[in-house]
Amino acid sequence: MKILVPVKRVPDYEAKIKVNSEQDGIVTDGIKWIVNPFDEIAVEEAIKLRDSGAAEEVIVVGIGPEDSATQLRYAMAMGADRGVLVKHDGFVDSSLASLVLAEVYKRGEYGLIIMGKQSIDSDANQTAQLLAERLELPQACFASKVEIGEGTVAVTREVDGGLETIKVSTPCVISTDLRLNEPRYASLPGIMKAKKKPLDEFTFADLGVDDQIQVKVLRMSPPPARSAGKKVEDVAALVSALQNEAKVI
Amino acid sequence: MSGSVLVFVEQVEGVVQKSGLVALQAAHELKERWGLSSVSTVTLGKGAQRAAQSLLQYSTTNAYFSEDSSLESYQAVTYKAAFVDAFEKASAVVGVAAATSTGKDFMPRVGAQISAGQASDIIRVNEDGSLKRPMYAGDVLADVEILSEKKLVTVRVSAFAPLEPSGSSDGSVVDLEFSQSEAAAGEVINFEVSGGDRPELTEADVVVSGGRAMQSSENFEKYIYPLADALGAAVGASRAAVDSGYAPNDWQVGQTGKIVAPNLYIAIGISGAIQHLAGMKDSKTIVAINKDAEAPIFEVADFGLVADLYEVVPDLTEKIKGVKAG
Repeated sequence: MKILVPVKRVPDYEAKIKVNSEQDGIVTDGIKWIVNPFDEIAVEEAIKLRDSGAAEEVIVVGIGPEDSATQLRYAMAMGADRGVLVKHDGFVDSSLASLVLAEVYKRGEYGLIIMGKQSIDSDANQTAQLLAERLELPQACFASKVEIGEGTVAVTREVDGGLETIKVSTPCVISTDLRLNEPRYASLPGIMKAKKKPLDEFTFADLGVDDQIQVKVLRMSPPPARSAGKKVEDVAALVSALQNEAKVI
Repeated sequence: MSGSVLVFVEQVEGVVQKSGLVALQAAHELKERWGLSSVSTVTLGKGAQRAAQSLLQYSTTNAYFSEDSSLESYQAVTYKAAFVDAFEKASAVVGVAAATSTGKDFMPRVGAQISAGQASDIIRVNEDGSLKRPMYAGDVLADVEILSEKKLVTVRVSAFAPLEPSGSSDGSVVDLEFSQSEAAAGEVINFEVSGGDRPELTEADVVVSGGRAMQSSENFEKYIYPLADALGAAVGASRAAVDSGYAPNDWQVGQTGKIVAPNLYIAIGISGAIQHLAGMKDSKTIVAINKDAEAPIFEVADFGLVADLYEVVPDLTEKIKGVKAG
């Protein structure tokens, strides 16, 4: 079975994200790009499944400008077998991403798609679900545990109220949550090997996909600042402040 | 725009959930802002009919419901199909659901089926009709426009007040007469409830959260729970605390966990990573207790106490009990 793992390039989550002066995007100068942490978890899970014998190949796919190939190479350095880059310089929303990924899926023979539940830039949490519907596949989102069976997979999902375990038939789309695994760091030998692994490139035209988004960002702004707080001396002072100043108790 | 708004309202055993009333509030704002004709609702699963009946008090035109056996336990494919059925019957152009794990799970599938773009986790309907939503863990607020003719919106539960009943009930309860035609995609084999009689995290007025400094789930019980009990609060946790097994996954407050905005949020032994702040920085009053005076949590705290939580939390609990008693 081959596993397809979509991987998105996002700004490092430890970076201070600033809105640009035109208020229509973020400042990208000096941004450190990383693999979306949830997608990294997806890559890790796919590699573990391959290494356990449940799959034979892990293919990572990204959509973005030429230099986002770096993130695909990182995933290959972790252990993915090969990569696919769909080159595109413009903004890609969840809908467009799902259309592109569906076309990539159809051009291979995959038994499973594993991807992050959301990307930490748009925080939309849609692409996995959209992709599953477009491909008419079952989904198992927000996975904290994955167990492959015969033609099925049992997935424990983190939902409001607790943990739900469902069994769905494969192929299916799984979206990863934080606690599914702890991704390995790419080793130096891994990085060297990754340089030689195949990376195929496609354009939207190759896939027959129109560059059309469904949700447009009109403007961006920083969140309102909270007014400065104060330190209190001790518990008594805190209780007094809560009672008399904030009036919350 | 012409057409109606259809709202998915979560219900449990016939009782409408607060998240559903929040979605309804946002739906009415969208109706006003976008000039739509009416607001209808859809409730699914056991008790859906009773829930639909109660929704007539909320200016609902048609309260669709289905208690079909295929809807008994939640499944994305089935709920999507039922929602789409109601969407068509309601002549809806806009679909709304709260951004609960259910809403997040099935709404995008609706979007793919009916070619509707979705704005996720909105926090405001702007005057110009655009929708405000957080990005980059809340470091950016984006005003977005959905370009497709049909539009879907999921609503951040902490960002809107639940709709109040209007008292009038001009609407009708309508049986969807839904039956699942798409093949059942899977089955639920287990549900592990996180337990507790505490208020639900996203609905509580007061939240007390513990961080990695709690060091064990026993310490959560010993220090956090009594304080939460004294305040009638829900209990939350930082990602680090959940990862370490001190608290269950659905107590995690943060960018990728629960987003809360209670009247009072008390962060105990939590350093205040960006991802955690994203989940609680809209709380009205924030208190932080941490040994480290430089902890980032103090940047958002209205009141900060630099102290060893093991020393001060029991004292705080006692004093609060005293305030509540007298």
